[in-house]
Amino acid sequence: MAESICRALRDGALEGELAPALTIKDSVASPFGVQVLDHVLSQFFSCILAGKSPSRGLIVVSFSRSPSFYFELLKIKGISVDSSDKRIHILDCYNDPLGWKDRLAETGNFRAPSHEASILRGGKIRFSIAIDSVDEMLRHASVSSVARLLSNLRSHDQISSIFWLLHSDLHTGRVTSVLEYLSSMVASLEPSIELANGQRGDMENFSLIEHNSKKGKFHVRFKKRNGRVRVMSEEVHIEQSGINFTSLSTEGAINHGLVPKVQFNLQLSEKERIDKANVVLPFEHQGNGKPIEIYDGRRSLVNSKHERPVAAVENVQTNEDSSWGEIIYYRDSDDEMPDSDEDPDDDLDI
Amino acid sequence: MNQRSSSLLDEALGLDQVIEPWPLRGRVLTIEDRVETSGSFVLHHLLKRSLSPNSSNVSILIAFSQPFSHYDRVLRKLGCNLVSQRDNGRFLFFDMLKLQCPVGDEGITPGGGLIALFGKIHKTISALPEISRKNVSIIIDDLSLMEVAANGSSNYVLDFLHYCRTLTSEFDCSLITLNHEDIYSIEDGRTFLLQMEYSTDILIKVEPLATGLAADVHGQLTVSNKGRNKASNFHFKVKENVVECFYPGRSRD
Repeated sequence: MAESICRALRDGALEGELAPALTIKDSVASPFGVQVLDHVLSQFFSCILAGKSPSRGLIVVSFSRSPSFYFELLKIKGISVDSSDKRIHILDCYNDPLGWKDRLAETGNFRAPSHEASILRGGKIRFSIAIDSVDEMLRHASVSSVARLLSNLRSHDQISSIFWLLHSDLHTGRVTSVLEYLSSMVASLEPSIELANGQRGDMENFSLIEHNSKKGKFHVRFKKRNGRVRVMSEEVHIEQSGINFTSLSTEGAINHGLVPKVQFNLQLSEKERIDKANVVLPFEHQGNGKPIEIYDGRRSLVNSKHERPVAAVENVQTNEDSSWGEIIYYRDSDDEMPDSDEDPDDDLDI
Repeated sequence: MNQRSSSLLDEALGLDQVIEPWPLRGRVLTIEDRVETSGSFVLHHLLKRSLSPNSSNVSILIAFSQPFSHYDRVLRKLGCNLVSQRDNGRFLFFDMLKLQCPVGDEGITPGGGLIALFGKIHKTISALPEISRKNVSIIIDDLSLMEVAANGSSNYVLDFLHYCRTLTSEFDCSLITLNHEDIYSIEDGRTFLLQMEYSTDILIKVEPLATGLAADVHGQLTVSNKGRNKASNFHFKVKENVVECFYPGRSRD
């Protein structure tokens, strides 16, 4: 699924279309957004280097990490580039985003660093953009101005694709929704197991915290060209070497939503499901042709010669395959109507 | 005795092996505590470890909370002489008790406030001998009082912390901060705390037990170490000269 994302970014936009945009969204309960961003960035840049994308370069707008971090990251992933490589440009918004160092330099307290070289120029060359934190942008600018910027970037002829990281719990739902509307793909990270009542730091939840610090769920929502929306899910595992994506395990696929979290098992195993299906219910229309017996309390359990043994196991149920799940039922009296599938309330005029 | 007693905490932080070079180099460490469980002891422990005789680490303590005499008294009980460390240049104390940013000064003028403080820290580190420059710990006690000094502007404090983080990349120094978790209400938003948690490499939460107060156990520590992809949880008891850390049910008293 991570490959699907990279493929969509790699392929870029068709003529006249907005550039594909990916929001990577996480929260502090599942803070793996940076690892996903690193993974997508390195995979996507490999495609650019291999010439598999109409995009000829990548601009990384680094707010939350130093530019050198990204060169180190690519080196660890086996992609050797240096700062002079024209196919990647790190826009340094990390070291002096607010101009403090410049201002201190004016007072003689500082030596101002040299300014960054100009960004890629050229009328026809297409490139892609990665923003490592829209949260920093939102801290200093209004959501409308950030949205306008992202929208303009998507509309620009030279932008092939764009992706960014958002920590959803730093903003209101409205802000998150605005950015999701601007995206053609939204990749969300959620904790593997939800904590009880959202409590964190509780000793009893420590094992869950520990579990969630290494694993999570990864959902991606794709907006297709024809308007359909496709949702895919995987599991993520965080290791020292990076992030791994695997398909959802069976355990993870069970719908936890409706089953309350209690200490006893409310689920049925496959064998239990089969055994339950093999139980023939004591409705008389399911009878096996044998005469229906009515229990008369005056009768003894010892059989008369006209009756079949009462205690016989083969009495009502005839499913010879079933050695379990037998229910023996005797009607109390002949006045009692036989059971039926009809709904007794059908004749009500409600 | 002192080394053994906090070994669980040291182990969780990677301080149980060698401390030269300083294992927390280039890392951001955040301590979050509560009213019932003060996290100051963690700060003091880290300060003491950074000034260990076996290392060449230099520690800069930016104190909004207490005067120098308080830290001197506390660290003496832990077996560390801050006066002599200050005299030999390994401990630098920035007294911020009286800092008050001018109203409206939120990064506009470099003359005062947090911009000037950042400039002073940068200048101090740059002036250190090269061997010490790579082993610096910046310790801030504490962020809530820094917010007060910044006239309640958490954004200004976050900007300052961002610039301090650039020092971890530029000089490989470590940044250690203390903040109080329970002063941020859910209504106002816990954005400041969450921002810190996202940008920190090691988060230490100092909390009371879920079961309430106890005589033998004063609280619990949860250490989330992103770099080692590891989380630890254990109990602690603060004594006169030492803090004991132990797994639940294994107090020696």
